[in-house]
Amino acid sequence: MKLVDHFQYGLNSPICLTWELTYACNLSCAHCLSSSGRRDPRELSTAEAKAVIDELQRMQVFYINIGGGEPTVRPDFWELLDYSIAHNVGVKFSTNGLKIDKKRAAQLAATDYVDIQISLDGATPEVNDYVRGPGSYDMAIRALENLAEAGFAQPKISVVMTRQNVDQLDEFKAIADKYGAQLRITRLRPSGRGADVWDELHPLPSQQKQMYDWLVDRGDQVLTGDSFFHLSAFGEALPGLNLCGAGRVVCLIDPVGDVYACPFAIHENFLAGNVRDEGGFQRVWESSDLFTELRQPQTGGACQSCMHYDACQGGCMAAKFFTGLPLDGPDPECVRGFGEQALAARGDDHVIPKSDVNHSRTKLGKKSPVLLQLSMGRPDAPSTGPRVSGRPDRACETSPLAGMGASDTDSGLRLPVAGS
Amino acid sequence: MSTKSAESAGAAGVGDFDPGAPYRCSPQVSLRPEPFGALVYHFGTRKLSFLKTLPLVEVVKGLEDHPDVHSAIEAAGVEEAQRPAYLKALAGLAASGTIEARQ
Repeated sequence: MKLVDHFQYGLNSPICLTWELTYACNLSCAHCLSSSGRRDPRELSTAEAKAVIDELQRMQVFYINIGGGEPTVRPDFWELLDYSIAHNVGVKFSTNGLKIDKKRAAQLAATDYVDIQISLDGATPEVNDYVRGPGSYDMAIRALENLAEAGFAQPKISVVMTRQNVDQLDEFKAIADKYGAQLRITRLRPSGRGADVWDELHPLPSQQKQMYDWLVDRGDQVLTGDSFFHLSAFGEALPGLNLCGAGRVVCLIDPVGDVYACPFAIHENFLAGNVRDEGGFQRVWESSDLFTELRQPQTGGACQSCMHYDACQGGCMAAKFFTGLPLDGPDPECVRGFGEQALAARGDDHVIPKSDVNHSRTKLGKKSPVLLQLSMGRPDAPSTGPRVSGRPDRACETSPLAGMGASDTDSGLRLPVAGS
Repeated sequence: MSTKSAESAGAAGVGDFDPGAPYRCSPQVSLRPEPFGALVYHFGTRKLSFLKTLPLVEVVKGLEDHPDVHSAIEAAGVEEAQRPAYLKALAGLAASGTIEARQ
């Protein structure tokens, strides 16, 4: 049996485990895959998080990808980082750079087995801040400067590829080289708030080919999180795992301990269990109904007869789901154009599944990205100029007490962090 | 790209790896049993690799108990005909730092 076939049937432990430590975030990126903003009061406590780390150590999970939200706004973030490393679970964490000052940079440079990914979605402030919010470009660059000055070896610059930044690939590489960093590019998914802006941000078909050609030339220097496997249908397979790893080699633990099949699938349909349940994470990984189902042989559905099926395996489950396409059909960004046909064929009355897990701030501030302000504007409002009023999505949205504990999923409590 | 990797593998195979010498699994490496063999993670290089058969896992684990690589392969019960393939795999593991010469 080929190795990739073994992966289809699942592994004893995940290879790529993402753990979003908090939904709290100082930014409000327009395309946030986890719809982050406000802390969830049910967040795992320090002790619970440490118990999860103990379990991951027993399962020999080699490292975890920590994200959020902005994970460093958790007051116990640095404690959990040290605890994890001390328990042989390496840490790669994603940050917008908020807390990476000179002192932290020096501390991190002296820590083994920690990797840092600084998120940057434009090689210029104009392109970056449009989706990530004003000041976020400078914040990321400052963090990179601090890390370089402290001698932190090879941080990652993590870029979500959009229609607006595909042409900047060489510039991103130049920024990475300047700071001794490694470039990592990943695919935009229509997950979380990404669903609201996907139509406007996702790369055009011609840009897909542009990314593919760029990756074929530089695939050995650039990380991708294996997220572009749908592009392998253009020709030669890209380096990495060319397979949807959801529930097989990949999964997500969210801030409240819910375990989802993948970081881009925060929706009840892909919820396998919770680390607080009896048997903990291990039971969810080994024997939850959802993960067992995902490890069954896939038939390929509508894609089965396509000559490229072996290369792309039908693409990304989350991308299909959150664009309202069937899971056994083509990816919305199928390089042969079948995805576009499927999108066009959805009909006017199609329903796009919406996650009920949403921690977005309901009021936008000065630091909100232009795109978010536009997309949250009322559809019937004139489209000139950014709007600051959010679309009311709760009954008491306009009340001054809105969000103060009225919802059982969100206390409305905000962490006192910059930009909030 | 393919030329480059072929060169580096060749260089390591011929130059650095000596199956007549004592080896061990790197102390920076963690092996995790999987149905097909084992997953290997090197905490230093952050590289993930695979031991694709169960006997290869035995060989790698047994290296430090044997005076040389050949005897570790023999002890794991690898058939004569398969030994060249195992030596090639082990040369690759030496090149990636998964296994290393020991004093």
